[in-house]
Amino acid sequence: MTTETRTTITWDYAPAPEATDHIRLKDRYGLFIGGEFVPSERYVPTINPATEEPIAEIAWAGPQDVQRAIEAAREAQPRWAALPERERAKYLFRIARLIQERSRELAVVETMDGGKPLRESRDVDIPLAAAHFFHYAGWVDKLVYGVNAREVRPLGVVGQIVPWNFPLLMAAWKLAPALACGNTAILKPAETTPLTALLLGEIIQEAELPPGTVSILPGDGALGAQLVRAPGIDKIAFTGSTGVGRDIQAALAGQPTRLTLELGGKSANIVFEDAALDQAVEGIVNGIFFNQGHVCCAGSRLLIQESVQHEVINKLWRRMSLLRVGDPLDKNTDVGAINSAEQLQRIEALVQAGEEEGAHRQSVACELPARGYWFAPTLFTDVSPVHRIAKEEIFGPVVSVLSFRTQAEAIEKANNSPYGLAAGIWTDKGAKAFEVASALKAGVVWQNTYNHFDPTAAFGGYKESGFGREGGPAGLRPYLEIVR
Amino acid sequence: MSRRLPHVDRVGVEERAAQLGKRSIKTTAKEQGIRLAISMLDLTTLEGADTPGKVRNLCAKAVCPAPTMPEIPSVAAVCVYPSLVATAAEALRGTGVHTASVATGFPAGQTSLEVKLTDTRDAVEAGADEIDMVISREAFLAGEDARVQREIVAVKEACGDAHLKVIIETAELGSYDHVRHASMLAMEAGADFIKTSTGKAASGATPGVCLVMLEAIRDYTERTGRPVGFKAAGGVSTSKAALHRLVLVKETLGDEWLTNERTRIGASSVLNDLLMQYAKTETGRYGRSEDFSKE
Repeated sequence: MTTETRTTITWDYAPAPEATDHIRLKDRYGLFIGGEFVPSERYVPTINPATEEPIAEIAWAGPQDVQRAIEAAREAQPRWAALPERERAKYLFRIARLIQERSRELAVVETMDGGKPLRESRDVDIPLAAAHFFHYAGWVDKLVYGVNAREVRPLGVVGQIVPWNFPLLMAAWKLAPALACGNTAILKPAETTPLTALLLGEIIQEAELPPGTVSILPGDGALGAQLVRAPGIDKIAFTGSTGVGRDIQAALAGQPTRLTLELGGKSANIVFEDAALDQAVEGIVNGIFFNQGHVCCAGSRLLIQESVQHEVINKLWRRMSLLRVGDPLDKNTDVGAINSAEQLQRIEALVQAGEEEGAHRQSVACELPARGYWFAPTLFTDVSPVHRIAKEEIFGPVVSVLSFRTQAEAIEKANNSPYGLAAGIWTDKGAKAFEVASALKAGVVWQNTYNHFDPTAAFGGYKESGFGREGGPAGLRPYLEIVR
Repeated sequence: MSRRLPHVDRVGVEERAAQLGKRSIKTTAKEQGIRLAISMLDLTTLEGADTPGKVRNLCAKAVCPAPTMPEIPSVAAVCVYPSLVATAAEALRGTGVHTASVATGFPAGQTSLEVKLTDTRDAVEAGADEIDMVISREAFLAGEDARVQREIVAVKEACGDAHLKVIIETAELGSYDHVRHASMLAMEAGADFIKTSTGKAASGATPGVCLVMLEAIRDYTERTGRPVGFKAAGGVSTSKAALHRLVLVKETLGDEWLTNERTRIGASSVLNDLLMQYAKTETGRYGRSEDFSKE
């Protein structure tokens, strides 16, 4: 007995894959126009980036489809806006509840289509998407109070283009306020991640929204460009890269079409010497490795006070080596697959530039699956502000460490960027946190946390990170005309 | 000299600790985890009504928790009051299961240092090879760090060869800053293990408290090269809670701490839940509590 009890017991987590047998995906998904799924001339497979296997065939919309969707939306809009406010709210509440009911399915499909860990789609993407619909459902009969006006009216038909990093959540961010304000919408999901948007189309059908209130048109950037330039659209809301955002703004210059843009970022995450360092390290990890770094507000520029730089980097590196990289459907996976081959190339190119320009690269020695698109979590030290990896958005699991000596220098370095989306401040001193937060040119500033999203809080950028706010009452403003 | 406290952020600690509670421990990982947890148990009875008879029964269970499942290991130790140490030591002789005793005026510690040292020496002389002491919260909360440490040093000396576990009684410290600070004081004063609680306070080894203490151990060990053990006690009453504590250890200190030389779980009722959960992984059914002896 005794000898046996003293033998070492090794303990590793066994694979814990989420079941996929409850998922009933169709082989083909049509375009969602006028409340119906309709066929298209062209179908393109959407693939699972963790396996490179096709999941389903997706209809891509052409110019005539855009026209049909706009006509349907124009026709539906006056009646949608004229509904009694509480009636309109009911539809939004219904969508929110249906998202909750199908949350497990949506989480698995989001993970299969986009490569993000199930832990995140299950705990963040899907619950937050439902929360956004709930939040804006609550605003429908209180719009004037949300924007401090006495009379408001919807803009009309809005075109909404969302990115591939949070496919369903971004669709919810866009659709919920637009519909709450009485607009009808045409949503273009990203070319690599259309599936959950189409499932949202099914939910919208099931919720019995009047036909034409929402149309969903999958396609690539060319379709987005058509949607932006199509006559009959009163407002464009775009989330995506700064380059595309510039094109859109140029295309709409001189047009009456309104525009909000939520673009890229190179957000500073500032760690002061008086921070709770262990929690700061968690925040750094969550700031840059959440969703493989495919987050517009990712804390990709890590600014550490010189006096604690080595300690923080040591702790960070140790923590990074514990990250579990691999099968996104495994419930214990922390970092999943890169969304597409194209994005992987972009990350690889910038990381190579970082090495060539003289920064010191460390990548976690994790075993990566043979198929699919993967990039090991990477830490760059000895980074100078002139290096490309300190300035350009990588949109991958790569963090660049810079140092600072004083609070003033931290603020100056943090603001020394064409972007201004988000920032993080890590300090135990309340007064310092407020001082720094008010000096930062960033739309969102987190203190002692990072990548924390809530439907009640406004989100949006300064400078090249865009304009317009989403979330909370501020998120109503871009979808309303104030009459008086 | 005024005390300088470390910075610990409550929200961040609790988020991280809760996140690690979501690790999915299934199939072989669950079986191995349960066996590991059992091998780390300090099976404890600390009641006024304890008798030699009860302690002997507990010792029999400690040595062989489930005779029908031979792959289930013995627990690490049996933990009793000093007056019952002789009984336990006798019953455990030659089994490899350690005899642990609480001492130093457990649980409040509100006695003189002299009494605490006598308490400790008595337990060691009676055959305890592990001593679970309590820090003087009275001194700690009054800001007298030096007195807290002096007592630990003195008790450590009184222990001789016996291992010293230092209970910081987290529920009475009031903040994570204090938990971390007390952990560091204990380790610097020579603790072989630091332990969350007596089990007599309002709360015990909550996930957040465990995480803060494990992070303190990690930093102390990295700085000094001396590994210190961790004992979670108080409130760990289910298999799920026990496995959650093991996940915290694994992902904070690493696999080197996944042995009963460095990690312990102090509990009494959790053993039967571990056995029932283990039997379930084998048979697919969650058994009845009557199938396992209470002690």
